[in-house]
Amino acid sequence: MTAGAALVRLTHVSKAYRGHIAVDDVSLEVAKGEIFCLLGASGCGKTTLLRLIAGFEDADAGSILIAGTDMTGVPPYRRPVNLMFQSYALFPHMTVAANVAFGLQQERLPRSEITLRVGAMLELVHLSEFARRKPHQLSGGQRQRVALARALVKRPTLLLLDEPLAALDRKLRQATQFELVKLQRELGVTFVIVTHDQEEAMTLANRIGVMQAGRIVQVGSPQTIYEQPVNRFVADFVGTANLFAGRIVDTDSDRALLDCADLGITIELRQTCKLARGETATLMLRPEQITLAAPASAAAPNTVSGILAATAYVGDAWIHEVALASGCLVKVTMPNAQRRDPGIAIPGSAVALSWDPGSGVLVDA
Amino acid sequence: MSRARLSAPGGRGACAAVGLPYAWLGLFFFLPCLFVLKISFAEQLLAQPPYSPLFAPTANGGVALALHLDSWRYLIEDGLYLRAYLGSIEMAFVTTAICLLLGYPMAYAIVRAPRAWRTPLLLAVVLPFWTSFLLRVYAWIGLLNQHGLINDTLLALGIIDAPLRLLHTPFAVYLGLVYAYLPFMVLPLYVTLEKQDPALIEAATDLGCRPLRAFFAITVPLSLPGIVAGSALVFIPVIGEFVIPDLLGGPNTLMIGKVLWDEFFGNRAWPVASAIAIAMLTLVVLTLFLRRWLARRIAPTP
Repeated sequence: MTAGAALVRLTHVSKAYRGHIAVDDVSLEVAKGEIFCLLGASGCGKTTLLRLIAGFEDADAGSILIAGTDMTGVPPYRRPVNLMFQSYALFPHMTVAANVAFGLQQERLPRSEITLRVGAMLELVHLSEFARRKPHQLSGGQRQRVALARALVKRPTLLLLDEPLAALDRKLRQATQFELVKLQRELGVTFVIVTHDQEEAMTLANRIGVMQAGRIVQVGSPQTIYEQPVNRFVADFVGTANLFAGRIVDTDSDRALLDCADLGITIELRQTCKLARGETATLMLRPEQITLAAPASAAAPNTVSGILAATAYVGDAWIHEVALASGCLVKVTMPNAQRRDPGIAIPGSAVALSWDPGSGVLVDA
Repeated sequence: MSRARLSAPGGRGACAAVGLPYAWLGLFFFLPCLFVLKISFAEQLLAQPPYSPLFAPTANGGVALALHLDSWRYLIEDGLYLRAYLGSIEMAFVTTAICLLLGYPMAYAIVRAPRAWRTPLLLAVVLPFWTSFLLRVYAWIGLLNQHGLINDTLLALGIIDAPLRLLHTPFAVYLGLVYAYLPFMVLPLYVTLEKQDPALIEAATDLGCRPLRAFFAITVPLSLPGIVAGSALVFIPVIGEFVIPDLLGGPNTLMIGKVLWDEFFGNRAWPVASAIAIAMLTLVVLTLFLRRWLARRIAPTP
């Protein structure tokens, strides 16, 4: 990630379609050799951003630099960038080999070199024996690899991938994720991936940019995005989050006290707090950070009691929903590590929820 | 259509649904064709009907088969028919080519037009069908006449001194044919072009292909089914076209359909006319087979 200078630099890029702002003042840097994921719900502008980099759209404002060169007015066929389309966009009338060779033929390379490079690329994506097939004779996973090979054979400095795994089924997707990362390491190509799947983004990316309504709201490592989301939206979009509104009643250098109406108690947080006393704040607790126990007799700090509303068994964990007196529903995940019987997990029973003072995080509303 | 499929679930209803069009074709297409074939082997007579019967009862109570090959020999020996035949093929070929050259950009432009514009534009393509075909050909006579709208306008503007001879020329015939058959080219082309994923062209440009090259490397090959279908829809009817060459063409416009008409109604030479008709039908059927073969070769992907 710190390997090189910025390969892609977007400065205050905006794009609107008939009054609808798709990309709103985005500034972003992608370093050479990294895998950068643009994560967001559908319609948040992430694909538009990708198309702007590829050159299919012109930005209304701002500039896009690739390898230090301003790309304004440079048509897609002259950019050192390749895009892997969500639909793969394989040429249906050409064989797999012809699809992969197409980009090299445009460079007017000698026929022998094209054959060599196409052969090597098909080898790399394990498609050698399918070279003479037409795209409609391939499975979804094979088509995905043809699309990847067709883009990578051009040896682009930057590869843009639009939902590269969305069309694959779950098992294949997980296998392909690691394959993709391996390929990226081997070839040293910089990847910018667009996805709506947070799990995919977390698995693939060195850094994630979370997009909301045309803006990039947070850029960071998967860990940062998950553990220190900047706002309610990021917290909720990446993983599952319990969010509670409250008011700061006391702050210290490394401690804060939050009067939380949703939880019905004042809770202690071990984190430096930028907020002043009296300001409203939102507390985020991940479901796996909360412990579910039988109601305790003595009131311990950071403990609330509630009624178990629902329980689901998902194999590797139990997911509980606990109703608090305030009406809030709290999600709690208990890892199924010991295969123990959660004796208290009978819906309707009274339970106590507790968490470590270090685990809660304050986020912007 | 295999027997197994006919007796597949669906039973009698399905059978009737499949059988009805075949019965219709057999009764109103195949049977008349057989009659025409029969007449082509008859002898021309001054009688009612004006040809000899194929089967005649003999004196001893049997049936004699009288096959006359005169019409067919006449067809081959007299150069007129071969020239008319080739003339029709040439005219159909040139018309198809012009329709393709005009229709392709039209279909392409309609597909690329904003969504709201597409239906009105398509409507404009088929709008001429709302008026009778014959009426529209007569309208062209009015336009192309010695003192028609075109000549009068050009004279009034001082562009020409004497009226141009437009009507009864090969130009007028081609104009009429292209005008009448262009929609048959545009519509199938529109259908194939409309189905094409625009991402394919983007993918080509992304791989370093300039837009014009992408058009010829991606768009055109993928629209081949439309090109073949449209060409067949123009070529086949133009082969047998009679009205347009008769009304807009000159006396020396040689087309098989016109010769057929002359033989049938002018000379009352039913056997020769039938032989011409069968020869023309063979050409059309051959074209259809060629179309099918082409369509299969370019195997549109599912």
